[in-house]
Amino acid sequence: MNWTEFFHMGGYAVYVWGSYGIAALVLVANVWAALRRRRRVMTRLRDYARANEAGNE
Amino acid sequence: MPINYKYAAPKNFYALAGTLTPWLAAATVLLLAAGLYMALFVAPPDYQQGESVRIMYVHVPSAWMSMFVYVIMAGAGAIGLVWNIKLAEVLAAVSAPIGASFTLLALVTGSLWGKPMWGAWWAWDARLTSELILLFLYIGFMALQAAIDDPRRAARASALLALVGVVNIPVIHFSVQWWNTLHQPASISSIAKVGTPAIDPSMLWPLLIMAVAFKLYYVTVALMRMRAEILERERNTAWVAEVLSAR
Amino acid sequence: MAGLADSLSHVLARDLLLAARKPADVITPLVFFAIVASLFPLGVSPEPAVLRGLAPGVLWVAALLATMLSLGRLFDADHADGTLEQLALAPQPLTLLVYPKILAHWLTSGLPLVLLSPLLAIQLHLPTGAIATLVLALLLGTPVLSLLGAVGAALTLGLRGGGVLVSLLVLPLYTPVLIFGAGAVTASAAGQGTEAYLSLLGAFLVLAAGFLPWATAAALRISLD
Repeated sequence: MNWTEFFHMGGYAVYVWGSYGIAALVLVANVWAALRRRRRVMTRLRDYARANEAGNE
Repeated sequence: MPINYKYAAPKNFYALAGTLTPWLAAATVLLLAAGLYMALFVAPPDYQQGESVRIMYVHVPSAWMSMFVYVIMAGAGAIGLVWNIKLAEVLAAVSAPIGASFTLLALVTGSLWGKPMWGAWWAWDARLTSELILLFLYIGFMALQAAIDDPRRAARASALLALVGVVNIPVIHFSVQWWNTLHQPASISSIAKVGTPAIDPSMLWPLLIMAVAFKLYYVTVALMRMRAEILERERNTAWVAEVLSAR
Repeated sequence: MAGLADSLSHVLARDLLLAARKPADVITPLVFFAIVASLFPLGVSPEPAVLRGLAPGVLWVAALLATMLSLGRLFDADHADGTLEQLALAPQPLTLLVYPKILAHWLTSGLPLVLLSPLLAIQLHLPTGAIATLVLALLLGTPVLSLLGAVGAALTLGLRGGGVLVSLLVLPLYTPVLIFGAGAVTASAAGQGTEAYLSLLGAFLVLAAGFLPWATAAALRISLD
């Protein structure tokens, strides 16, 4: 397995690796966004619950 | 056929989705790994396009996903509109950014695939032009949702928009095809014609595996997002309070 | 249902009367149409050969944009003064009541565009034979623009940033009409047959007229609830 040739992709390295790179970015970004959303919702709801409790005391 | 409405209740869906997500994520990673391995190492280079044909294994599945997610979005919107099922509304809302990012990916990879072939970063070929219009449709959907404060009106209005869009999409595809054959020489649409005549199995398998991997990915991420949205929507219920205190 | 015919013609007459009272609302998009068409020679080139090639597309795009500008007139005023709620509460089906509103809109926005277009076509050096095709194509296409625009206007009722938002929603949906409308004129200018294009535009019109007012009524109910 000639790795140099593999990464060279017959001269199309920029295009092929660029495409796969951006695909990886999109896949990671969507997951990260989903996790971030969850974190934010949890934080906000906890604060909201805490404020409610405080108000009820 | 008895339909189990148990999981239409947010609390049960939340639990079910929570159980499923890790398995779906694992399956997605496995399939992606298999697909990438086949696309990069097993599939042969094209006699015309050389190694750049490997871009197809990302470009074509993401184009398929851009359409697939839009249809799901419109379908879920319709179900939410007709039967007032909140979960359907949530599915539609969370699908939009995922579908839009696949559309963007299809456009970028299409451009990267086209540059070595056509010598230009962009060409108004039928597939890319249709994808561009689809991106505008996604953006319109998200803009409408964002512009309406009332969540109920937002979900219903964007559902209607998505339905009008989904009916229009075949019309748009057909029109763009027609327009394209008038204006472009046949060689440029050769990329859109990958798969005719019969595509070789060594190229078909990676394509299909990547396509299924992307679909599983979408389901995984959609479920993740839906869980977060459900928590927010159901914030005043006891079960959500339990979830919050449990972590 | 005698009541139905009466209410439909009443809605039509009212909208036409309101448009007649505010001629500026009708004339402004028309002037916009003319201005946009004039920008292209200024921005591109005044050479007849160049303009002739651009003319079909330029005229159609200008018509699309001018239609977008005029969409506010459809529902905004009625929404503001409560007439729209009245229409929604009326015994007649809202879907049917939408038809005369859209017809009135087209008569006061699309039709004037059609009538002005030959003048602008001459300015852009479109061959005379193609001008007839242009008029016919716009005649078939502009009602579809009003019909599609109505759905957009209904969905964005009362929203801030409404005008631009409607454009964002509706312009992608306009692309088939644009492609075949401009295609018809280009074919005519090149001496080719236009039947296919015009038939398709006609088909779009029939489908749009059959399906979109119902979608518009649904959108209005969503926005009014």
